[in-house]
Amino acid sequence: MLSYIIRRLLYAIPILIGVNLLTFTLFFVVNSPEDMAVSQLGEKYVTPEAIEKWKVKNGYDKPLFLNDEAGGLGAVTETIFFNKSLKLFAFDFGRSESGRDITTDVSNRMWPSLAVALPTFAIGIWVNICVALMVVMFHGTKLDRWAVLVFVSLMSISYLFYIIGGQYLVAKTWKLVPVSGFHPDGQVWRFLILPVLVGVVAGIGSGARWYRTLFLEEANQDYVRTARAKGASEVSILFTHILPNAMIPILTGVVVLVPALFMGSLLIESFFGIPGLGSYMLDAIKSQDFAIVRSMVFIGSILYILGLILTDISYTWADPRVRLN
Amino acid sequence: MKPVLLWSDALIFMLVVALILFFYKLREDPQTRERWGQVFSSRLGMVAFTVILTYVGVALLDSMHFRKALENPEGLQTEEIFYDNQVTSALDVMLQGMGDRFERTYSSPFALISFEKTNMKDAQGNSTRDYPALLHAGTHLADPSDQIGDVMAKTLVALLWGLLISAALIGPQWLLLRHSSSPWHATWGVQLMVICFFTWLVSISHHYHVLGTDKGGADVAYQSLKGIRTGVLLGTLSTLIMLPIAVTLGVMAGYFKGWVDDLVQYLYTTLSSIPGILLIAASVLLFQVYIDLNPDFFSIGMEKADARFIALCFILGVTSWSTLCRLIRAETLKISQLGYVQAAHAFGVSHTRIITRHILPNVIHIILITFVLDFSALVLAEAVLSYIGVGIDPSMGSWGNMINGARSELSREPAIWWTLSGAFFFMFVLVLAANLFSDLVRDAFDPRTASRRSEA
Repeated sequence: MLSYIIRRLLYAIPILIGVNLLTFTLFFVVNSPEDMAVSQLGEKYVTPEAIEKWKVKNGYDKPLFLNDEAGGLGAVTETIFFNKSLKLFAFDFGRSESGRDITTDVSNRMWPSLAVALPTFAIGIWVNICVALMVVMFHGTKLDRWAVLVFVSLMSISYLFYIIGGQYLVAKTWKLVPVSGFHPDGQVWRFLILPVLVGVVAGIGSGARWYRTLFLEEANQDYVRTARAKGASEVSILFTHILPNAMIPILTGVVVLVPALFMGSLLIESFFGIPGLGSYMLDAIKSQDFAIVRSMVFIGSILYILGLILTDISYTWADPRVRLN
Repeated sequence: MKPVLLWSDALIFMLVVALILFFYKLREDPQTRERWGQVFSSRLGMVAFTVILTYVGVALLDSMHFRKALENPEGLQTEEIFYDNQVTSALDVMLQGMGDRFERTYSSPFALISFEKTNMKDAQGNSTRDYPALLHAGTHLADPSDQIGDVMAKTLVALLWGLLISAALIGPQWLLLRHSSSPWHATWGVQLMVICFFTWLVSISHHYHVLGTDKGGADVAYQSLKGIRTGVLLGTLSTLIMLPIAVTLGVMAGYFKGWVDDLVQYLYTTLSSIPGILLIAASVLLFQVYIDLNPDFFSIGMEKADARFIALCFILGVTSWSTLCRLIRAETLKISQLGYVQAAHAFGVSHTRIITRHILPNVIHIILITFVLDFSALVLAEAVLSYIGVGIDPSMGSWGNMINGARSELSREPAIWWTLSGAFFFMFVLVLAANLFSDLVRDAFDPRTASRRSEA
């Protein structure tokens, strides 16, 4: 298994290089540093000197790929590609365009993101599976058909409305919790309840519907018919036959998301004022801070690849027949 | 009047023609006919399809743009005709000036007075602070207390007109199709409701703001209707851009295998490992920089907004092909192992011919299911992207922009709920109809669910 994991990690390198090349093309070739300087400085202050000054300040004054002027190794290292893209591999994210150290920002903001995303994720899965199992128990009846209709309706509501509605009802009308904000000590749960609740409720529609399909696919297998013929009760069929066998597809969809929980949720964090990575990304997008966006793209891809590897490992745990070779 | 053809208009009309031709060709295939028959044999399918068609119809009407000719000022003797800088659409004409009736600022649905107080001078010249009367609501009423009776009377008249128009439109359908086995009565019910609703909305909007007005004083009902075009076009055009990429790469990877397969797999793993929203945001921002630096390309403001809209469709399409590509690759791998493809190889049939004759027709169902499924996801995504600030240009009406403009207004006292409700209602109906329809299409076309049904 260890050799498998090492092989997968090595396979990740070309993918990360691809991600890097793609972002590099997007940020520096399609859009030259001059264009960026102009849009960052604003129309009014655009003079050739100002652009030059901005480029030197932010380290964009070097050639893209090859520096002929610097001799020896400098021909490769004194370039934008080396400084802005390759250094990401050493987790050296450099400074944002407003001058803050990105690595420190990321490590500080990771925890609030996780504090919201982890409970939302765990409770969400639990609620969705419970609801789906309940619906599967009534498969073929009117109740099942209505439940599916409700799921589809819940799916058809934009995430934004869940957040706005949740804030309006729970925080403004009933005044149960603060509308937004975050305080890292003591009463942190007061700020977490509403975002987690909104996140879970917003996910029920698509989540429960998906699990229902998975369970139904298992419920039509022969072993379930055999179990029923042997006289096993419906409840024991659900929990001892269907649920364990549906584990593989569930893990496929779920485990890949686990590492990405660090990234947080863009919408939830910005609406509830949680100082996590999600709102960090949103601020970066809104202020057009491409240094941060580049770093977050890189972190996001690493976490995704990590998720894929974890998924494979989780198969061996869920299904003894799976061997990783 | 001078017709204006925006790029997105041209694309959507081309798409409509292509779709009609596509379904006309598919009509000959008995299996496809049977599957569509199954979709339309349920009342739900009929209702959902009618609702979707209504939205598409409104979107198409809203895509017929022209610039009005301005009347020459008196005394000016010239043959030259000047055109309005504003672009009008056929929908605007049908709504009879609903979008031209601006107020000063917020006003609640059916209100006669503004939502905010302003300084006014009364007849004696004394300065007072009060709620001013609206410019375009209830101006025909002698006494504000008559409002309820007046609304009732106007509703009744509008509904009678609605029934009359419905009778003219549904009557012929009934004569033609009354013996058909499909549940046509379901679509007639929806048609009746839609027609009555629109006649009511248009006629009552002459005298009131049905859904109130927003911060800039624009009619919310009108804005919600204008959002239809944006939503429908975004959902279809993005998928249209995504399809050729996904299908070509997927079929090639599954058919040729070897290094082509490796390359395609590498491409889509790389692409899907990048957080989608960041990739989209970055691309949109970069395009925005390009538009800002080259303002000379666009002669009227609408074209600028349209360019950004098409860029957004393009970006959404280019960043989202990996899922469909993966599905098509897997299906092609499976099909190319089958006997008839092997036989075609043995007979020396060329690759292009095998792909077009044997592979493509057998992956059509995946394309179709993805097309319908992605549509609703894209409509929802538009709202989120507009909230983040990388969506539709604010000058172009869209539900996302409406939500974005009104999201903090619920915290006012009393809350301003009507802008959000307008966007919510029109968006929810479209997405719900699309979701329900896509479920039915998947049930009918997915061989897995189809086989399960035949067992049961």
